[in-house]
Amino acid sequence: MHVVASLGLPEIIAGSLVLALNAYVLTGGADFGGGVWDLLASGPRRDAQRALIAKAVAPIWEANHVWLILAVVILFTAFPSAFATLGIVLHIPLSLMLAGIVLRGSSFVFRSYGARDDASQRMWGRLFAIASIVTPVLLGAIVGAIASGAVGHAASLLPAIGAAVSGEAPSFVTVFVTPWLASFSLAMGALALAMFAFLAAVYLALAATDAALRDDFRRRALGAACAMFVAAFGGLGIAYRQAPHVSRALMVGPVVALQMAIALAALGAIWALWTRHWATARVAAAAQVSLILWGWVIVQYPFVIPPTQTLRAVAAPRITLVVLLYALVGGGAILFPALAYLYRTFAAENTKPVSAP
Amino acid sequence: MNDLLAARTQMAISLGFHIIFAEIGIAMPLMMVIAEWKWRRTGDAAYLALAHRWAKGTALLFAIGAVSGTVLSFELGLLWPGFMRLAGPLIGIPFSLEGFAFFLEAIFLGVYLYGWDRIGPRVHLAAGVVVAVSGAMSAVFVVLVNAWMNTPTGYELSADGRLVNIDPIAAMHSAAAGQQVLHMLLAAYAATGLAVAGVHAWALLRDRSSTFHRRALSIALLVGAPAAVLQPLSGDISARVVASTQPVKLAALESQWTTQRGAPLRIGGWPDVASAETRWALEIPFGLSLLAFHDPRAEVKGLDIAPRNEWPPVPIVHLAFDTMVGLGTTMALVALCAGWITWRRGDVVAHRGLLRALVLVTPFGFIATEAGWIVTEVGRQPWVVQGLMRTSDAVTPMPGLIVPMLLFTLLYIGLAAIVVTLIASLVRETT
Repeated sequence: MHVVASLGLPEIIAGSLVLALNAYVLTGGADFGGGVWDLLASGPRRDAQRALIAKAVAPIWEANHVWLILAVVILFTAFPSAFATLGIVLHIPLSLMLAGIVLRGSSFVFRSYGARDDASQRMWGRLFAIASIVTPVLLGAIVGAIASGAVGHAASLLPAIGAAVSGEAPSFVTVFVTPWLASFSLAMGALALAMFAFLAAVYLALAATDAALRDDFRRRALGAACAMFVAAFGGLGIAYRQAPHVSRALMVGPVVALQMAIALAALGAIWALWTRHWATARVAAAAQVSLILWGWVIVQYPFVIPPTQTLRAVAAPRITLVVLLYALVGGGAILFPALAYLYRTFAAENTKPVSAP
Repeated sequence: MNDLLAARTQMAISLGFHIIFAEIGIAMPLMMVIAEWKWRRTGDAAYLALAHRWAKGTALLFAIGAVSGTVLSFELGLLWPGFMRLAGPLIGIPFSLEGFAFFLEAIFLGVYLYGWDRIGPRVHLAAGVVVAVSGAMSAVFVVLVNAWMNTPTGYELSADGRLVNIDPIAAMHSAAAGQQVLHMLLAAYAATGLAVAGVHAWALLRDRSSTFHRRALSIALLVGAPAAVLQPLSGDISARVVASTQPVKLAALESQWTTQRGAPLRIGGWPDVASAETRWALEIPFGLSLLAFHDPRAEVKGLDIAPRNEWPPVPIVHLAFDTMVGLGTTMALVALCAGWITWRRGDVVAHRGLLRALVLVTPFGFIATEAGWIVTEVGRQPWVVQGLMRTSDAVTPMPGLIVPMLLFTLLYIGLAAIVVTLIASLVRETT
């Protein structure tokens, strides 16, 4: 397989970038999903659902959030031209996503540390939940815009990015809006939202100690799994008509095998939820979501921004990649034990009964 | 407002907002750890209450610092793609190290805040120490990037304007690195320490018997006062490095129009760019030569060594510089008085005059930080990387940048208002 044969420094760095993104999706993504279930909290255990979400998210969300920063930093160090292109073409959705990240994080701490009266609590809770929905949709739309080749196409229309331009200047909408405000990108936005909500519900079902609360999140997880299914196949249908190279790439041998693996993980997650094997459900759900992410990466390899910027063409000089690799290995050697310690410290409680606040 | 100015305004607002929370994120954890350590050693419950109270404030402010820092990391590409394309491979390394330092800070702040009754006492204290140290390291790495923008090194320039033969390690210790890191860390401890001291001094003016506020004041002064006293010395080192590496910046911040031996120090006044003279300034003969080169006869380069289109906006830079120096000097004097009174009388709380002075300087450190940031950033204009890339060549080709600028300005004004309200209510709870 040519992918394996040509693995070099740029691929290793790109792989670590995707690993950081993968970690972000599994941890930070689930925190966004928690916001979705906060908004959709309902039924007799509404307040208990919200309390469980807040308790699960509070100690870890800031650490989870750093994965995104790490991914961005690796991107602009190792593939600076790609970062520049994304910053230019996706200025609008990235800015909106940032506003969402700021509002989500700050409303969460305002709710935790601000006035305890019902009106303020409700206001911050509502803002937290809405920002938790908008941000993943934008994140998914950004990925969709890159994967479909729309970003690469828009970049080639801009003289500043170094492509030949002939004739009249492209319109603002063509370059800065159409790539991400397209049906395929929005379908990917819906998929990201459903994925994050699915992960959150599966994790929360495991974290809950009360059987009825567990069943609340079990039902929600199954619902989110259906939403993922709809968004994924909707996106595929749109790709078949509008981005044929994407749907063609999905039919290649190894990618078909990957799709089988995703389907298997999805069935495993649903079976585990159905039969109330909570820990197994978490593993299968995480595997399913991770495989979808890696599927995107493998389909668009060797491009960072298809159809123009390849990994090798936009990679920083070798010395930068070497130093960055040392930094990642050294940083990882400190980071992973620290993260393990964080999760162990706050997961240990699940074995104990929940005490009244 | 043109797009370049809108982009610069958005970056200035984002950085100006973030830098306050970053400073607090460096110094608050240190004070919180000292309070906890004192409690564990003495068993004095006031120290424990203090550690909890400061941890609460740290948690709130750290979260705002974390999200506003995320915005900045993206804005590098959203606003300055040309800069990142050129410099990403060189300055990305300290940014990646900063990423890991920030990671440790976030992880152990979570452990510290939510782990009081879950982990052993020593481990808990150690978690706080990791937060304090990694917060300071984050600042070190970010400032290394800024130092490189002031005194770029570690590359050769190819004929077509690209950086070749780059050395990311050499880029991390550029000429300005040491002094800028020192100046920033001292600023964080001085500004935060004295601001917290001011809050508790205000409470003590109303109720002198409160043990809680006495303990708080002593720790805040322990962190803030030495830094405030050392800061003018660090400023002197900074000025001398700027004099030799960025003479045009020095000339602008001192409003020195012509190259001159035995240059005077101009304090205040209004620099008139059209006529190239500074009106109504207080002039101290030989002062600038003495300060910049430690020699009253030394030659100081003036703005005349550069064409006018390479001058930074002189009035802004000069007045920001004088604001920074004036506030910093006042803080150093108040800190010295606090030290003197502690040494002579053993207790600062009995001295109402000092408590009033501490209340007065509460915001000085943060205002001086903003002014200092204006000095280093606006003073480097029109360059984003000194002598290498103009800010106008770095900006994104995306039009209509006034819209995101207004969006983020409104967002930050809203956040600032809420944070101030919440901190004020946190303070009121204890007084």
